[in-house]
Amino acid sequence: MSEPSSRKISKLSRRKLIATGLTAAAGVAGVGVAARLAQKYGLVPPDHGGIWGLGETLTYASQRLLTRHSLAREFSRSQISKPPFANELEPFTDEFKRLQAGGFADWRLSVNGMVARPTSFSIDQLKSYPAHNQITMLQCEEGWSYIAEWIGVPLSQVLQTVEVLPQARYVVYFSIEPDWWESIDMADALHPQTLLTYGMNGDELPVGHGGPLRLRLPRQVGYKNVKFITQLAVTDSLKGFGKGLGGANAEGGYAWYAGI
Amino acid sequence: MSDSAYIPSAASAVPAAVPTVVPAKTVASRHSALVRVTHWITALCFLALLVSGGEIVISHPRFYWGKVGNDLTPTLFKLHIPASRNLVPTGYKYVLPDQNGWSRYLHFQAAWVVVLTGLLYLIFGWLTGHFRKSLLPRRADLSWRALSTAIVDHLRFERPSEAEAWSYNLLQRLAYLFVIFVLFPLVIWTGLAMSPAFVSAFPATVNVLGGQQSARTLHFSSRCLLCSSCWSTWGWFGSPDSRAACER
Repeated sequence: MSEPSSRKISKLSRRKLIATGLTAAAGVAGVGVAARLAQKYGLVPPDHGGIWGLGETLTYASQRLLTRHSLAREFSRSQISKPPFANELEPFTDEFKRLQAGGFADWRLSVNGMVARPTSFSIDQLKSYPAHNQITMLQCEEGWSYIAEWIGVPLSQVLQTVEVLPQARYVVYFSIEPDWWESIDMADALHPQTLLTYGMNGDELPVGHGGPLRLRLPRQVGYKNVKFITQLAVTDSLKGFGKGLGGANAEGGYAWYAGI
Repeated sequence: MSDSAYIPSAASAVPAAVPTVVPAKTVASRHSALVRVTHWITALCFLALLVSGGEIVISHPRFYWGKVGNDLTPTLFKLHIPASRNLVPTGYKYVLPDQNGWSRYLHFQAAWVVVLTGLLYLIFGWLTGHFRKSLLPRRADLSWRALSTAIVDHLRFERPSEAEAWSYNLLQRLAYLFVIFVLFPLVIWTGLAMSPAFVSAFPATVNVLGGQQSARTLHFSSRCLLCSSCWSTWGWFGSPDSRAACER
């Protein structure tokens, strides 16, 4: 019994070996082609290197393919959380306190980088554009959440005003507070629900929630929704910003893309 | 076998010597290579998901039902453990270190690997008839009498006969079907239902659950059920009786 069956097995395993080899070669070539295509279509996140690069790239790429234009759910006014939960904040810098004492009249949002007309906006100037409001959920990566009405000007409106150059790929945004900055790709920057928010629940945006100006991004978790925004930089590469990972949270070990 | 165990360097340095020795097979495999490989990848991923998921829960060990939940809203239940964030009212006077960065990266990476491995396993199981032959209860077992016999045998720690030990018994089959076709899909679904970007494209994934906090609570609960399923199946297979029965 052992003679013929062992011959059969060796023939089988030779065929298997060749098939496995061909599959592996096709797999390596396929990965190479996929990587080049992914790079071309902007499916590779800035934190694609290192041991977590595989999972992060798969998440970002598949969500970019599936969710580029989809809208975050908007809720009814009766579903607004009362009161909204405000996360804790570091003590404010003197610069912030000075602007706060003046009722934020001197607050400026400067927009520069790959734009035709670098501009600095006051809060009143931002309010002169048609106001948009959305009742969306803010979800923290820790697990808690609340629903609020957010009032502001779409980031796309501001980017249109300063005339973003066609090679732009990311918008980097900075808080007035130290070591607090993040960035998003153009799909999120131009998304209709991405708001430069100055109001909440029919009123001014409270300081505890990022007033006078917060970037609101309902399709990504809380830490991408940076508070106290004073600067936007439009760029084609994140290499020149910090360690090149695209944000303070990414440098602290968190994922750059936080749509999960 | 024993030679290579005593002088492993010689065995690996002279591979040509190996084919001349044909060891008599004393233990036969009950599982195909693909089932073994996908099993161990899944086991490793499950461990990684458990550790990283636990780490993420520590940052907010409170659970809610419905759309929203935070420190100002009532909980469905809470874990009486310290938290890694100092805003959470836990009753403890200290705060654990925040490890969410790598935990989240590991959680989602392991999720990708386990989902892709699971798909491979499903395709394989479908094509080879693995589910039909090994997991679907046999027609003869589909009666209350067979079920009660199986439960009684299990509770009495009845040793399976040599013939029986080659395939899963009724309880094992039902447990595996439940884990593969109910618990794993549930834990993946509830996980996706917590992603703000994913649910923007597929809102029904979260809406049918009643909200993102319900999804989070169900994700945690199905993970607890998966843990207990693993524990009990481990008991079935780790027992020396079932292994001894397979040795020839």
